[in-house]
Amino acid sequence: MIDTFVIHEQKPLYRFILALADDSLTLSHRLAQWCSNGPYLEEDIALSNVALDYIGRARMFYQYAAKLEDKGRTEDDLAYLRNEREFTNLLIHELPKGDFAFTMVRQFFVDVFYNLYLEELLKSSDENVVAIAAKSIKETRYHLKRSKPWIRQLAEGTEESRQRILNALEELKDFVGELFEMPTWEQELCDAGIAPDRSALQQPWDDYVQKFLAISDIDYHDTVLRIRGGRDGIHTEHLGHMLCDMQFLQRSHPNMQW
Amino acid sequence: MTSASIKPNAEHIIPTLHPAFAKRRCFRADSVCGELWDILDQVCDPELPGLTLWDLGVLQDVQVSNDASNNQQITVVITPTYSGCPAVDAMSEDAIKALNNAGFNQVKVAVILAPAWSTDMISPNGKKQLRALSIAPPNEHDNVDCPVCGSGETEVLSQFGSTACKAMYRCLSCSEVFDYFKNL
Repeated sequence: MIDTFVIHEQKPLYRFILALADDSLTLSHRLAQWCSNGPYLEEDIALSNVALDYIGRARMFYQYAAKLEDKGRTEDDLAYLRNEREFTNLLIHELPKGDFAFTMVRQFFVDVFYNLYLEELLKSSDENVVAIAAKSIKETRYHLKRSKPWIRQLAEGTEESRQRILNALEELKDFVGELFEMPTWEQELCDAGIAPDRSALQQPWDDYVQKFLAISDIDYHDTVLRIRGGRDGIHTEHLGHMLCDMQFLQRSHPNMQW
Repeated sequence: MTSASIKPNAEHIIPTLHPAFAKRRCFRADSVCGELWDILDQVCDPELPGLTLWDLGVLQDVQVSNDASNNQQITVVITPTYSGCPAVDAMSEDAIKALNNAGFNQVKVAVILAPAWSTDMISPNGKKQLRALSIAPPNEHDNVDCPVCGSGETEVLSQFGSTACKAMYRCLSCSEVFDYFKNL
């Protein structure tokens, strides 16, 4: 049994990089679950490609984390052989894919967030972090270009598609606040010039999202912190099930490689 | 369509080089191991036959050093196109194989992230090759011309195509559906 104190004893930079890797990996897995289940072929391919961008991002962070840890663990060990309580992704990334509207609203939310966040991450004093951010931001800009028209198309489409968007907004709003939370250890990295200040991104995020949703006549104004825990390894009930699926192969056939 | 109606691309009218490619070309010309770069010109993207790693902008550097027992060690430095690009492993293997076949046994590949790959690094010849494969080359304003008939009247079908680096378009003049190599 891994207790959360293990996470708390990690060195801040390692903890930071690993958390960003977990964010990307869990979201990537949720997106990949659309493969062969998309509403039509092109969208199926598109979502799988976004998933691929995120798995690439996760790999870059895991490789760097493995190097920082320096205990001989590889990116695969970190992704496939850690338990639920050792994952420190923010909860919004791990939520089940839901219906297509839910997936696209979540994607829109995180796309707006990462457009702001990666821009700040580019200013980090850690050159490895900057290199990963420079690679990722180009992809994230493209993702937003794709998720925006989907939100409008569904919100301004049929009564049902609009209702599904509204349901997704309602369901997700409890999980948005955590994106902007700065725990003490992350604040220390921020003071050292390595990590961006998440709390400063809340206002621009709110402004962007509210303005965009207003085009479709949706009043969205509520992103207070309601549910937290991801960074301390405390998750929703969904992550454990996801890891069962995701880690099955490596757990039952240890050391297997592509 | 007759050739007279083909809308020429900008690079046909004024042959300019993008600074990012000019820098790469200069870097290669200054290298002390030009013959190694030339050998690597045999290595193509596994999914884009005829498009070399050099033309694609993936090949960034070739370094030669001597190890403790004075054996020549070659390091091929590449940068991935997209962070999740699954072709990186095949490219690395092919680069090692090409140099091995030419008699160089100590070869390794280093994958770097900085400078981040951009479509500006693609050579003019690479863009020509893309067109020959019926793929529209990247355009900084996303003005996409049909690679088959040259018409500028095209529409986007899907923002992702067969791979992460491409989008799917349709030509409104000749109805051809084609891949567009996205500007990045």
